[in-house]
Amino acid sequence: MTAASLTETEVPLKRRLKEAERARQFKALALVLPLLVFLLFTFAGPIAGMLWRAVDDREVRQVLPQTIAALADWDGKDLPDEKAYAALASDIQAARAAGTIAIAAKRLNYALNGFRTILTSTARNLKAVPEAGTAKETLIRINPAWRERATWRTIRDAGGPITGFYLLAALDLTRNADGAITAAAPDQAIYRDIFARTFLISLGVTALCLILGFPVAYLLATLPPGRSNLLMIFVLLPFWTSLLVRTCAWIVLLQSKGVVNDSLHWLGIIDEPLRLIYNRFGVCVAMTHVLLPFMILPLYSSMKAISPAYMRAAASLGAPPLTAFLRIYLPQTLPGIGAGSLLVFILALGYYITPALVGGAADQMISYFIALYTTETANWGLASALGAVLLLATLLLALVYGKLVQGQQVTGGMKN
Amino acid sequence: MSDNSALRTPSQRIAWTATIVVSTLVFVFLIAPILAIMPLSFSSGSYLTYPLPGFSLRWYDDFINSPRWMNSLKNSLIIGVASTLLSMALGTLAALGLAQWKSRFKPLVLAFVLSPVVVPGVITAVGLYFFFAPIGLTGSYLGLILAHTALATPFVVITVGATLQSFDTNLARAAASLGASPLQAFRRVILPLILPGLASGALFAFATSFDEVVIVLFMAGPEQRTLPREMFSGIRENISPTITAAAVILTTVSVILLATMEGLRRRNERLKGGG
Repeated sequence: MTAASLTETEVPLKRRLKEAERARQFKALALVLPLLVFLLFTFAGPIAGMLWRAVDDREVRQVLPQTIAALADWDGKDLPDEKAYAALASDIQAARAAGTIAIAAKRLNYALNGFRTILTSTARNLKAVPEAGTAKETLIRINPAWRERATWRTIRDAGGPITGFYLLAALDLTRNADGAITAAAPDQAIYRDIFARTFLISLGVTALCLILGFPVAYLLATLPPGRSNLLMIFVLLPFWTSLLVRTCAWIVLLQSKGVVNDSLHWLGIIDEPLRLIYNRFGVCVAMTHVLLPFMILPLYSSMKAISPAYMRAAASLGAPPLTAFLRIYLPQTLPGIGAGSLLVFILALGYYITPALVGGAADQMISYFIALYTTETANWGLASALGAVLLLATLLLALVYGKLVQGQQVTGGMKN
Repeated sequence: MSDNSALRTPSQRIAWTATIVVSTLVFVFLIAPILAIMPLSFSSGSYLTYPLPGFSLRWYDDFINSPRWMNSLKNSLIIGVASTLLSMALGTLAALGLAQWKSRFKPLVLAFVLSPVVVPGVITAVGLYFFFAPIGLTGSYLGLILAHTALATPFVVITVGATLQSFDTNLARAAASLGASPLQAFRRVILPLILPGLASGALFAFATSFDEVVIVLFMAGPEQRTLPREMFSGIRENISPTITAAAVILTTVSVILLATMEGLRRRNERLKGGG
């Protein structure tokens, strides 16, 4: 089309088409909007709230406001002055009347073990607001801990309003007296081990799923459709069966008087029942069972897309079967292997129910501790910080997964 | 390779036999646990071991006569059906919109809509626990229905979206050119064609809610405990054969869902093949 053929009547038409298209786009967006708003309220908002709790640190500032204000320009080298002691005494009096001592005591106790006792004993023994100029000696007489700089530093550092305390704790780190980041005390440094354990269990389960899933996916992709559809039921039925049913089944099978131990005993292979459950073995077996379909299905679809002509071509060119498999078939399944493994690994990282029911104390994964700190000990800051680390790991892996699957769709489209 | 008689060399035959043997063992691993607990629910004894001392329906009787178990079944159905309906409404609208929407932000929006599937259950549950408690939505049916809807809707968006992708938009245009109003065109032309996709979306949504336990653990009060939640407590405390009866009931629901899904898939393939 040349510029000359663009008559004047065509320009408004073009604009009209453009406007109609814009209206269509608006309507399309309006259809998606209800779900976006809904997810904001039931999903994104709550998760953002959890992330906020990982850095939120306003408890001490609300209970001991004057103390925090008085400590604002304290250099931390010597003990704070009389003014800070008087502010603390006044805050404690007010907090005792309001019944909020326990809130501050709990938060301060996370930072310095034993702080709960210091604060509650002080609150109990401080009968009245000390006379002017005597606050320091009164408080120190009640509890000598008020003579320690560390006690005061703990209050100052918990002054909020935001903190890196929980996020550092989730990585076994803490701030020392100078404010530098150092390793946490050995009795509190447990989370790296738990993350490592979560990672190792997930990795092991992913490897098991790949080893068990590969031959099955290969068989299903190679058999004629009638037979493979029938066998597919063996994969889909567990996939659709409730997680609780499957976990319950493994407990029934593996417990010391369970079906497996009974059978082995009856066959004369063992005398004493083997310990098959409430340990790492049980966790890995049950998790592999639950996650195996998530490996088989992507593997199957990637193998299904491989044309048998490639293998025939390799054979006709003289490649031995093993060479043809390793050099021609296996490389084409790599995207499927990647997608399936990432999917299983992502799902395994966040597992809670199965390890909670079939694992021992030493097999609990990170989700268990997030749940524990949320509902049992109500250490919400730490629960949220651990959750933030898990969420970050999951989202990064999901990003890789997204790229991988997208790439596959593109190449799949080119093949067709 | 689909013609297995073409396997000529002995090493190929050995490899194929090995594949079959290993696969069979994996199939046994996948299915045997589910099959193994079923007969135990019909045992007349109270131990979960074989051989069974005799046949009885006493554990099903126990289940039906226990207000706790029956209440949990009722809760699972209420929450499952309600969140299925809600996620169908939200998810179908969104899938229709996403099919027409062209924007460079579309992958981002899609990733956001699908993210409830990827985020670990505990994180969603903890977030909701903090968020819903101050507004009185913990310990309520509404809170659980909203939470399960958030988890189930991505599956609706995926299944309905896939159906719309294979839908020929010329049919809608044809309906419009023949004088059908947009609503008529949707009801008489589009809806019948995407109905199988909607149905599988609904099944996925229901299965998601029916099987969910982590959010229920955090948010349900004693009144709203669902069947999986009751099984969780039961497994923790002591495994009675009543739990195996509950497991059989849950599995029966799964089999019905799976069979319906397969039926829909086959019907769809037949329609495609016929067209």
